Amino acid sequence: MSAAPKSGGAKGEAKVLSPSEIAKDLLISGLITVPILVPIVAIRTQLDQGILTWHSRFWLAGLLGALVVIGRGLMYVFVWNPRAAAALDIAAPDAVVVPKIKLSRIILSWVLPLIIVAILIANARYIFAGLILVLIAGREALRIVFPDRKLSDLIGPYVAPGLLVFGIMLPIVAHLGKAYGVELPNFGELRLIDLAGYILIYIMLGWGLNVVVGLAGLLDLGYVAFYAVGAYSYALLSTVYFPRWFGVGIVPYAFYVTLPVAGLLAGLWGVILGFPVLRLRGDYLAIVTLAFGEIIRLVLINWFSFTSGPQGINVPKLTFFGYTFKQDADGDYSEFSKFISDHFFPLAYDRIHSYIFLYYVIFALALVTYFVTKRLRRLPIGRAWEALREDEIACRSLGINTTNTKLTAFAIGAMFGGFAGSFFAARQGFISPESFVYLESALILAIVVLGGLGSPIGIVFSATAIMGSFEVFRELGSAGDAIKSMMGETVGGWLSWLFAQFPTQLQDSFIGTDPVQFRMIAVGMAMVVMMLFRPRGFVTKREPTVYLKEKKSISGDMVAEGHG
Amino acid sequence: MYFLQQLINGLTLGSIYGLIAIGYTMVYGIIGMINFAHGDVFMVGSITTFIVLLMFALTGGSGPFAIALALALVIAISMAVAATFNWTIERVAYRPLRGSFRLAPLISSIGMSIVLQEFVRIAQEGRSKPIQPIIKGKFVLMTKSVGTQDFAVTLSYMQIGIILSTLVLMTVFTLIIQRTALGRAQRACEQDTKMAALLGINVDRTISITFILGAILAAFAGFMFFMYYNVTDFHVGFAAGIKAFTAAVLGGIGSIPGAMLGGMLIGLIEVMWSAYFSVEYKDVAAFTILVLVLIFMPQGLLGKPEVEKI
Amino acid sequence: MMREWDNSPELEVQHLTMRFGGLVAIGDLSFNVARKQITALIGPNGAGKTTVFNCITGFYKPTEGMLKLNHDNGKQFLLERMDDFRVNREAHVARTFQNIRLFSGMTVVENLMVAQHNTLMKASGYTIGALLGLGSYKRAAAEALDKASYWLEKVNLIDRADDPAGDLSYGAQRRLEIARAMCTNPRLLCLDEPAAGLNPQESGELNKLLRTIRDEHNAAILLIEHDMSVVMGISDHIVVLDYGRKIADGTPAEVKIDPAVIRAYLGVEDEEDEELVEEAIVAVAPAPIAATKPAPTKQAPAKPAPAKKPVKAKAPAKKAARK
Repeated sequence: MSAAPKSGGAKGEAKVLSPSEIAKDLLISGLITVPILVPIVAIRTQLDQGILTWHSRFWLAGLLGALVVIGRGLMYVFVWNPRAAAALDIAAPDAVVVPKIKLSRIILSWVLPLIIVAILIANARYIFAGLILVLIAGREALRIVFPDRKLSDLIGPYVAPGLLVFGIMLPIVAHLGKAYGVELPNFGELRLIDLAGYILIYIMLGWGLNVVVGLAGLLDLGYVAFYAVGAYSYALLSTVYFPRWFGVGIVPYAFYVTLPVAGLLAGLWGVILGFPVLRLRGDYLAIVTLAFGEIIRLVLINWFSFTSGPQGINVPKLTFFGYTFKQDADGDYSEFSKFISDHFFPLAYDRIHSYIFLYYVIFALALVTYFVTKRLRRLPIGRAWEALREDEIACRSLGINTTNTKLTAFAIGAMFGGFAGSFFAARQGFISPESFVYLESALILAIVVLGGLGSPIGIVFSATAIMGSFEVFRELGSAGDAIKSMMGETVGGWLSWLFAQFPTQLQDSFIGTDPVQFRMIAVGMAMVVMMLFRPRGFVTKREPTVYLKEKKSISGDMVAEGHG
Repeated sequence: MYFLQQLINGLTLGSIYGLIAIGYTMVYGIIGMINFAHGDVFMVGSITTFIVLLMFALTGGSGPFAIALALALVIAISMAVAATFNWTIERVAYRPLRGSFRLAPLISSIGMSIVLQEFVRIAQEGRSKPIQPIIKGKFVLMTKSVGTQDFAVTLSYMQIGIILSTLVLMTVFTLIIQRTALGRAQRACEQDTKMAALLGINVDRTISITFILGAILAAFAGFMFFMYYNVTDFHVGFAAGIKAFTAAVLGGIGSIPGAMLGGMLIGLIEVMWSAYFSVEYKDVAAFTILVLVLIFMPQGLLGKPEVEKI
Repeated sequence: MMREWDNSPELEVQHLTMRFGGLVAIGDLSFNVARKQITALIGPNGAGKTTVFNCITGFYKPTEGMLKLNHDNGKQFLLERMDDFRVNREAHVARTFQNIRLFSGMTVVENLMVAQHNTLMKASGYTIGALLGLGSYKRAAAEALDKASYWLEKVNLIDRADDPAGDLSYGAQRRLEIARAMCTNPRLLCLDEPAAGLNPQESGELNKLLRTIRDEHNAAILLIEHDMSVVMGISDHIVVLDYGRKIADGTPAEVKIDPAVIRAYLGVEDEEDEELVEEAIVAVAPAPIAATKPAPTKQAPAKPAPAKKPVKAKAPAKKAARK
């Protein structure tokens, strides 16, 4: 599917290439990598105390180029060339696509999990290894008991409730786990719950943007603007206006009071921003919303008197309905734990309390988003959104005022973005315009599109995958240590030895590199790769909102993606 | 007098935008999508200029012939690199998605833009700091005083060079589009890709060449940008890209003279706004223009209004 | 001479002109569409028929002219001034499209529910009410579902109710589009080539459907069509366009033998070939079926009858062969 040379650009033609043609193609690919890698990669410029120097590292360019050619060659052997595939006895000679699926399915379903289990056992992490084995056993059992049903159909209805239960139980399990000494490597209870809360913010943002992009098919690249409106509403209201109007006593309750206001303000902005752009389609709408997002960010940076510009604003952190989580002077209690101790059971101060509370707050907010959007989808407005995505002109011919439909989509999406923004501010305790850049909008859009077809469950997975992978990147730290910690000493030992065989320049480069740097480029590449291989995202079925006799899912190929 | 100076500055900046805008408009005209990565191709051009210039270690002392030769080489290399980038982007991220859903090429394009920016950032360790080489003494400012003795309106060699070369390039390109077979093929593909293919035009190749031509112009703009401002970093493509797209739309998407006209206007507006109002909000001004144009005049100044067939 | 479609017509098109730059797509077109009648708008390709539709349904703003819609309760609407969605919502004019615009990613019944959007929106309290759980929405939704079922039965698609609309065959999709349009309770139904791509059996069913709609639902039907068996079979009134201008206006019988029409379609001027041409027309269009309501039409004496006698003897044999 990707960049495979096909005659006339027609898809699916299984053209068998001769070895010399393949060689020629590989040669050309290699040549193409030259201008791309030289000079940008091969020449390294550095600014040392105001003096510019450069040194060459052609070996790196050569290595990357070689990787490209080798990778392409492998694709030829395993994916694109049926003759080679047949020679390797992988699949029938006339099926180009089959070998790819079969091989990858085997690898993903069996080889990879079993490798992970082996590594876990080698590291005495028996519980986790056991968990994976149980999952595999369960999957195979299902396959045996229901031989003619697809696995996804069987599991489908249970995914949402399962995730709900998982979400509710997560902090509890993590907390108990810590008590019994069971913890994920490198992800202690605190970090895990914090990360989960962070991911939930993006899930909520994804669900909010889903209304605009997934359901109504309107390409919004400036969603971060509403996120910012929500955050700054909370910031300004809680630090400036509410104390001025209602006295300082309101500050601990500020979040709860400002939450609806922030949502309304964001929704209002959604209408204001939506109004001028309604007639625009597709790419144009995307770029205009991008411009709007940037305008808002620039105004936030530059309107110093109102927003404190790049310095940002310190905001009060979230309280438990008025009781803070801060440790008091003695160190024994916080207001919160004192409250609990006085009324329920004795509870000493523990840093984890605020994290758990934050987690449940965002969990609740996200759930509200989910249920409201789910309900809306079944109501006429939701159906109108999806019809708008399918064909706007047909909608208008049926008497639907699509202008209002679009505005409603914008407003509702913006409102949830505003809620999320408020929470974000209260969680961080500090906001600045730097958090609301275009890249965030692109990220949220990636989450929605990769989730697939406006499916809320898909968004959960894509948000977890993308934001979670950022943490994984952070974990990779310096390569040698990371590999060791992830794979345990035994395996790490071989890898370290293998690693030591490479030229020192490579090692230095590799170890010196901070993998966190690669997370954004990984997201960009993931976006492209997903579009090439699975453009409809993870979830490929649409559920109808009403049915006469039987609810039948609609395959993704038929569902429109919207024209903007 | 101040105004005249700003006028010159604006036209210079506008030329740069115009060159990038031509690339946007050509690609949009032929495959109907915005190449989000085009602004980053411009950035690649300017980064490459920087790197190669650094390698050549030109100083003010080199003779003019050596400088000219070196610069020509730099331009050539930048163009080659940028063209390869853009060509590859088209082959890898856009062509396979041509028959696909509406959103797919757009997402792919956004992803590619991110990849390009990050690629340069990681490779050059630019991080978030602009790279500031000062290549001094290459061009002596020529002052051309017009007006009272207190003020001088300067017109640097650089500015003349930019405006002139832009005009030349634009003329060359317009001639290519109007007179050559390639230009005809391109115009045919703009109108109706299927029909063009049926008539024997190699649509794939025409599209590839369009991307290459667009990249060449963007690379030249990058070269000019770097020579003029003496500063570049991995992020310049973002704002420049949006402004250039604004220029393309303002001038009328699909029209090359329109793109240049739009570019000049945007450049002038940006400079005038900075000069007379506030520098901080100059980007806001440009973006607002984009919004206004798309709302009230989507076909631009020189474009034709599209009537949708129902 | 007063025609029944001139007497309190549903739709009055008066001096409609549509210019696109220098191109005159429709030039000074005037005709009427009667209530409870099927009016056909025919003409060679490019005659401007779909443009007329787009003007009537509000998708184009006419350059000149008036489009007056008269409901039987006395309400009047000037369609040339109305937005496209208002033309449906307030004036109750529904349409189908030449290229079928269904919501393919939604099921058949969902398509029909979208058509009832406005009713349902009101019943849901503009969403807020239903969101808060107020009562009348459920009932309204059930009624909407009933209406959808009714029309699905009428177009014989009830078995496919939960299938994706994109899965249906071409003929079924056309029928669905008509059912969807009918769910908006139109007084004027504009059909753009409803019989395109249908086999003879499907065309016959379409004829039946349209006649039912005309008779039972107080709707005027205006259709663009190329299939003469449909046109001649069910129309009460035909208007012929060529190059954007009206060249004939009358009953099927009149239009059939109108030389201007013949010339426009076949371009034949030679006297000797006129006989062949007549045979062809008669063969293609069976005699007006008695099922149409007896219209108080006067004979059209104005047009000079062709010099040759109509070849009656051969015609029935040809007709039988055609059937």
